[in-house]
Amino acid sequence: MSAIAQKKGFGSALWDWLTTVDHKKIAILYLASGGFFFVVGGIEAMLIRIQLAVPDNSFLSAGLYNEILTMHGTTMIFLAAMPILFGYMNAVVPLQIGARDVAFPFLNSLGFWLFFFGGIFLNLSWFMGGAPDAGWTSYASLSLYSPGHGIDFYALGLQISGAGTYIAGINFLVTIINMRAPGMTYMRMPLFTWTTFVASALILFAFPPLTIGLFFLIFDRMFGANFFDHTMGGNTIIWEHLFWIFGHPEVYILILPAFGIFSEIFAIFSRKRLFGYSAMVFATVLIGFLGFMVWAHHMFTVGLGPTANAIFAVATMAIAVPTGVKIFNWLLTIWGGSIKVTTPMLYALGFIPSFVAGGVTGVMQAAAPLDYQLHDSYFIVAHFHYVIVGGVVLAILAGLHLYWPLMFNTMLSEKLGKITFWFFFLGFHATFFIQHFLGLMGMPRRVYTFIEGQGWDLFNFISSMGAILMAIGVIVLVINIVMTTVKNVPVGNDPWKDGRTLEWAIPQPVPFYNFKRTPLVRGLDTFWIEKQEGNKEGMSYAEPLSDIHMPNNSFIPFVMSLGLFIAAFGALYNGEKAWAVPVLVIGLGITLASMATRSLKDDHGYHIHKEDLMDHKGGNY
Amino acid sequence: MAEEVKYTPQTWPEHPETANLEGKNKFLGFWLFLGGETVLFASLFATYLALKNKGPEGMEFTTQSLFELPLVFVMTMLLLTSSLTSVYAMYHMKNFNFRGVQTWMAITVLLGFGFLALEIYEFYHYVHIGFTYSQSAFSSSFFTLVGTHGLHVVIGLGWIILLMLRNAKRGLSIYTAQKYYTASLYWHFIDVVWVFIFTVVYLMGVMS
Amino acid sequence: MKVGFDLAMMKGLKKWRLFSMLAALVFFLAACGQEQISTLTPRGPVASEQFDLLILSTAIMTFVIIVVVVIYVLALMKFRRSKVGENTIPEQVEGNTKLEIVWTIVPIILLLILAVPTVWLTYKQAEVSGMEQVDEEGNKTALTVNVTAKLYWWEFEYPDLGIVTAQELVVPTGEKVYFNLKAADVKHSFWIPSIGGKLDTNVENVNKFYLEFDKESEGLKDGVFYGKCAELCGPSHALMDFKVKTLSPEDFDEWVAVAQEEVPAPSEESEDLGEQLFVSNSCIGCHATSGVAAANQRGPSLATFGDRNRIAGFLEHNEENLKGWIKNSQEYKEGNLMPVYPDLTDEELNALAAYLMGLSVENRE
Repeated sequence: MSAIAQKKGFGSALWDWLTTVDHKKIAILYLASGGFFFVVGGIEAMLIRIQLAVPDNSFLSAGLYNEILTMHGTTMIFLAAMPILFGYMNAVVPLQIGARDVAFPFLNSLGFWLFFFGGIFLNLSWFMGGAPDAGWTSYASLSLYSPGHGIDFYALGLQISGAGTYIAGINFLVTIINMRAPGMTYMRMPLFTWTTFVASALILFAFPPLTIGLFFLIFDRMFGANFFDHTMGGNTIIWEHLFWIFGHPEVYILILPAFGIFSEIFAIFSRKRLFGYSAMVFATVLIGFLGFMVWAHHMFTVGLGPTANAIFAVATMAIAVPTGVKIFNWLLTIWGGSIKVTTPMLYALGFIPSFVAGGVTGVMQAAAPLDYQLHDSYFIVAHFHYVIVGGVVLAILAGLHLYWPLMFNTMLSEKLGKITFWFFFLGFHATFFIQHFLGLMGMPRRVYTFIEGQGWDLFNFISSMGAILMAIGVIVLVINIVMTTVKNVPVGNDPWKDGRTLEWAIPQPVPFYNFKRTPLVRGLDTFWIEKQEGNKEGMSYAEPLSDIHMPNNSFIPFVMSLGLFIAAFGALYNGEKAWAVPVLVIGLGITLASMATRSLKDDHGYHIHKEDLMDHKGGNY
Repeated sequence: MAEEVKYTPQTWPEHPETANLEGKNKFLGFWLFLGGETVLFASLFATYLALKNKGPEGMEFTTQSLFELPLVFVMTMLLLTSSLTSVYAMYHMKNFNFRGVQTWMAITVLLGFGFLALEIYEFYHYVHIGFTYSQSAFSSSFFTLVGTHGLHVVIGLGWIILLMLRNAKRGLSIYTAQKYYTASLYWHFIDVVWVFIFTVVYLMGVMS
Repeated sequence: MKVGFDLAMMKGLKKWRLFSMLAALVFFLAACGQEQISTLTPRGPVASEQFDLLILSTAIMTFVIIVVVVIYVLALMKFRRSKVGENTIPEQVEGNTKLEIVWTIVPIILLLILAVPTVWLTYKQAEVSGMEQVDEEGNKTALTVNVTAKLYWWEFEYPDLGIVTAQELVVPTGEKVYFNLKAADVKHSFWIPSIGGKLDTNVENVNKFYLEFDKESEGLKDGVFYGKCAELCGPSHALMDFKVKTLSPEDFDEWVAVAQEEVPAPSEESEDLGEQLFVSNSCIGCHATSGVAAANQRGPSLATFGDRNRIAGFLEHNEENLKGWIKNSQEYKEGNLMPVYPDLTDEELNALAAYLMGLSVENRE
């Protein structure tokens, strides 16, 4: 195994990243590209708040503002939040359940590259005639009316990256069902694994409706179909249904893993078992299930009739119950514990009041007649930022600090981390709390400007100032990451000292095959149990040392995704440019040919032999 | 490891498709994939039902005037039979009879092509009488639903043919058995979807 | 393990405290926003009912927040590692079934308290059968307005009165007014915050609802209520405003009578240069000048132009803005469908503006 230790040149290092099927490296790829898109989406957010800082501002034109607003939402949801969470899932879940890798390492890589090329394709719209401008929801009548190619970039880009997400979802489901170490029963799975599991199930069933909706949009705009053209018998409400049948579960796809991360943090930094573990698991599953029953609460003002509105109103309120169960269980986890306020814990503590505030405004909007007032006003903008930023983004930042040592064997600066937290946290509340009132005072959302003298000037200004604080927080974070990477002080395993689950037991840096011997899980928080019993190694083993089967690296996922990326340009310019159809065919050809190659070649992987394992440092035998 | 072992009918496991972890993963993963596909088709069905017979004012095409059951009935029979023949192939796989697998898979493919030919004829006919993809919301939703199924048939045929070719020399192993098994699962799924299309699109279309 | 603290806290929050908090809340909210545009100053029963729901839900939710925050703060004060000791290993509690039941049942009760009025109001506010009611002579008893939303303006048709106007909705106070809502191009949403919640104008179907206007708009800041488009509809979505003039029933009848009078069509032979230009530049091809012209015009009816509060829904109503708008409307409202007229001279613009400002129902001689 000398190849592992070998110093690599840039070329071979790059090749290694392009072909890797190792879940730990794919995690880093997800984190890095998600982080990049997070910054892009953040800059878009800043432009929005600059434009709205004062009334009648002309910093951005109306059309450009709509493009930025659309790209901000789309980027943050599809290209930042989800991929970063996938990064953590990849980094943590296999280790947490005692697996050597995910179930389908090849598909894992394919999922990443599809997301990556989809995201790049979407963002290329900025340089190729204009970005999409119909909002991240891209409602059909407007998205059909929208000139240029922006919407086409949206539909095709999301289609490609959506396929990647779908694949990743199946992969995690199978991994969690089939790859758990001996003793890791379902009711011993750490909460992050549980929430990943449920979120993946949501992906499995929520993404197909989006795929179909996007295909309709693509066919309508590029291939002459009439799904949404009412003069030809089409119906735009179909888009709204399909989008929200996807869109609402999507919210839970984001927030459930966030819940998982916070569940880990509360337990670790209170030195206490998660309170009401079974109730937490049950609540997670229930939230996932109910998530599919409530999509029409995004459509209360569409005119579906009082019966539909009443049913969906009550169903939506029901979700508050399992969510409340979670909040109280977290509170009771820290109650009676030994709370250490590290940076991850600080984020978790900030999350509780923020998310509760976002949750209760959600219940308010579930009251359909009240929602007639709140819908599409700044109140809803405030609400979903409280949930997404106050829940998901705080979890992402918390997870960044928590899992950084697991992913990179070094720790982010706690001091700078806390500075980031306070800027971000205070800025966040300053930005969004006041927006509830703007909405109640009659300000619609998605407006590129507002006229002076409607009573909205001061609050909008305060909101924009808050955004600056958030930006400062993120800048400090970037500095933190750079400094930490430059210093690169190794920390070893269990850097937080109070780790409870398997991922903290594994030696650092994590060997590429993860566990030399498959661990035996002896209960919930197995690492904690071993530590309490004085086991220095922190793990019991289920098997003697033996050969390990590993998958081969592969360049095919990259090429397969590249093919779709190329084909998308063909579809985009169909009927407009002479080269469009050939490009479409060539692109699909590349993808199909690489699929065939994959199928025709026998790829059995390779084995690491027992003798090599014994020599390998950092091992546990 | 599995790929190195030479099997005999005696040592061949009862469930070759799930004999090792990779097989189990593929088995489960593919079932999950089909779960997602079900939602995909459900979305298409729902859209079709919403847009059935909807078109520009004065549109002459309706499900009653358009569909002809005899042709569709023959298509249904072809596809149902092909599902059965793929079961035979799996039966021979369990008995470690590679020639049986190849033969019955080949018959499955032939029946599939028969179905496909009739579907292409059907579509050609519709386009010929003016019921094109762009004619109305009805036509768009019809062609997209039935065409997506047709695309699945094409993919399924391509997949099985590729499998038969690549394994002609290799023969049966745990590694190849998994591939046959998932392809056959996919083929059954295609068949089940067609049963729904036959019922919801054609039967209900002609009846109502 | 102390588990009784949250129950004790709930008891501690005595009723009178909740009520006084509620009163303070209402006061605080009402101080927010301006009367002509805020949902917090409801000026009709629909908005009032929705406001009551806001207060009810806010009260329930404030209670929840208080409970959470109290536990949270107490936990943070009592169980910091610096307090409990660096090496303390806390008891690894599994959970508590009684507590789980409590925090499942209590929220369900709270939600039921909210769900009942929600469902009741949902049905109540969707009740539009009054729209079809007729008196003995077969005349509709209620006023109905057909609203058509178009890229960035609003058309208001009074089908039973034969009147078509645009941009400024004129309605009587104290009675239910029914609305048929529809979009002509892309989806919009019809919203008058002080009067009631919004309802989308879809492209493929007509949505119906009612609103009731309690207060005459005369005393308001601009003499009108503000209406908004609440669904992203293109670049100038933000500027797709309309205004609502509410009149006493007597004044409204008077307004209707004048608006129903035929006005002679503008003619190129007219001595008024503005009127000539209005015809010669084909303005008349899109804009009606009579209140009884046919509905579904390409451009907004200008029959009430002189009475309006704003130009194009948002610009201050003066000749300067009007001239600028005619010359280059794209500069003001990106993506609107009116052609630009850069070649009009100042004299022509003055004449045109004067003519348009003279189109009025309220001040018609």
